[in-house]
Amino acid sequence: MSSSLSRDDVEKVARLARLRLTEAELDLFTGQLAQILDHASDLAALDLHDVAPTAHPFGLINVMRDDLVEASLPPEEILREAPDAEQGRFGVPRIVGEEP
Amino acid sequence: MSLPDGWELVVGLEVHTELLTASKLFCGCENRFGEEPNTHVCPVCLGLPGSLPVLNRQAVELAMRIGAALHCTIAPSTFHRKNYFYPDQSKDYQISQYDLPINSRGYLDLPDGSRIGIERAHLEEDTGKTTHLSSGGRLQGAERSLVDYNRCGVPLVEIVSAPDIRSSAQARAYASELRSVLIATGASDGRLEEGSIRFDANVSVRRAGEPFGTRCEIKNLNSLRSLQRAIDYEAQRQIDLIESGGVVRQETRHWDEGLGETSTLRVKEDAEDYRYFRDPDLVDLAPEPAWVDEVRHRLPPMPSERRSALGALLSSPTSAQLDAVEAVVELGIERFVHAVARENGDVVIALSRAANELASAVDEVDRLAEHSFVTVVDMEASGEVSATQAKALLAGLLAGEDSDPRSLARAKGFEKMDQSALSTLVEELIGAHPDEWSRYRGGDEKLAQFFIGQVMRRTKGQANGKTVIEELNARR
Repeated sequence: MSSSLSRDDVEKVARLARLRLTEAELDLFTGQLAQILDHASDLAALDLHDVAPTAHPFGLINVMRDDLVEASLPPEEILREAPDAEQGRFGVPRIVGEEP
Repeated sequence: MSLPDGWELVVGLEVHTELLTASKLFCGCENRFGEEPNTHVCPVCLGLPGSLPVLNRQAVELAMRIGAALHCTIAPSTFHRKNYFYPDQSKDYQISQYDLPINSRGYLDLPDGSRIGIERAHLEEDTGKTTHLSSGGRLQGAERSLVDYNRCGVPLVEIVSAPDIRSSAQARAYASELRSVLIATGASDGRLEEGSIRFDANVSVRRAGEPFGTRCEIKNLNSLRSLQRAIDYEAQRQIDLIESGGVVRQETRHWDEGLGETSTLRVKEDAEDYRYFRDPDLVDLAPEPAWVDEVRHRLPPMPSERRSALGALLSSPTSAQLDAVEAVVELGIERFVHAVARENGDVVIALSRAANELASAVDEVDRLAEHSFVTVVDMEASGEVSATQAKALLAGLLAGEDSDPRSLARAKGFEKMDQSALSTLVEELIGAHPDEWSRYRGGDEKLAQFFIGQVMRRTKGQANGKTVIEELNARR
């Protein structure tokens, strides 16, 4: 089975992930990703109509905790690793246009 | 506002409500508004490497209550990561529900009888709060932003309506009714001013009979008034654009309350651009049928039912009384009025005292016994105390000055005024104000209020207004 993954697809995925790829990298990754997709598409050759999709390797459902408050981290500790902080808040560069 | 002839408005609302849990959705940080920045954060809500989210059972319970109240199907669901680059989430994704939401396909009936479909009501985590510097706090043109992650990870339910809304007034009515329902379920405190409930509106216009037009999503609607104004503005903008030969572009627009305008925030990405995928740290949620049944069973009466029950006590309610019914139900204090009705007391007085005096001290109403309220209403109805005195008694009872209305009335010196003393006082006041008296005699009814005011001042509110008018008319 051959993959339908195009160089444009890879370019788009890279843009969404904010990755800047060179022309050579685009070629390289298009080939590699296509191989991975081809490998996965081997599954399509199997008859799986009575197999439920596996979302998780563990057969667990309903893992929940009680609604109890636990201690948070001290703000000094949290902000210590931040490259920029002001008034107890994290400082970030101007970021307009990407809010969901 | 009505649209130009031949145009129809189509609106769907997305309503985010924070859930009234003690802790956040996936960690034990406290869920609390108005704290010092970044004092309620931990490795889980910051998304630090190695941390693992664990779902809050109470958030699931509240989400199911919302689903039950909106007549939704409550089904097994899964959690996805919604990936995007914006620092209101430090982990670069928001945990949300995608193709399998906990609640789907319900409806909400509005007071005017219309029914708005609910497509889904799913669980997700709230984002942090960004403050944009150097442009008056506005988003566009900000140079730098500061982020507080206290709100990040607070449980939310996003309620998505069908595009069934056809006017800005109906959008407002839907938002208002939904807010009352959310309060009634115990899922939300309903505080719009604190951002507990937030609205996004999907607005499009079409010529009657045509398919849906291209929609724009309006953000930053923080009040019912903003919601209604923004929809009116946006509908007119789209109509003007189309009538002048333009085309509506699908985009996200920002409402500026000060300017009364929407403006482009960004052109809408496709849903797939968020690269949703199953969160591998979270397993499926499939609440046991017994839990779901219990939630449906325990659901308290909804506001529509409660308004009907309270309204049924009034023979032919005025619109002011209907407003009072709405306010009293919204505050959840109608039990006082029902108590008066059970004792065959004066329901009209009871409703008015509940909608005013009890409403203004709603945080203290637990101090007031229902039978004390019944007594105060009876005292006012029988003329034992005046309306002013009844209000003062309720204020005193709510402030905890006393728990017995009659002993409080004695302590305040609220004894029924002697008719002859009132008569003498009215006589005196007529003598002291000959001009006002002659105008009143000449038919200027407004002057009655002047004399009542004088009497109230001299008797410290002890006299009954109706009796004063009787005394005046006896001399007219």
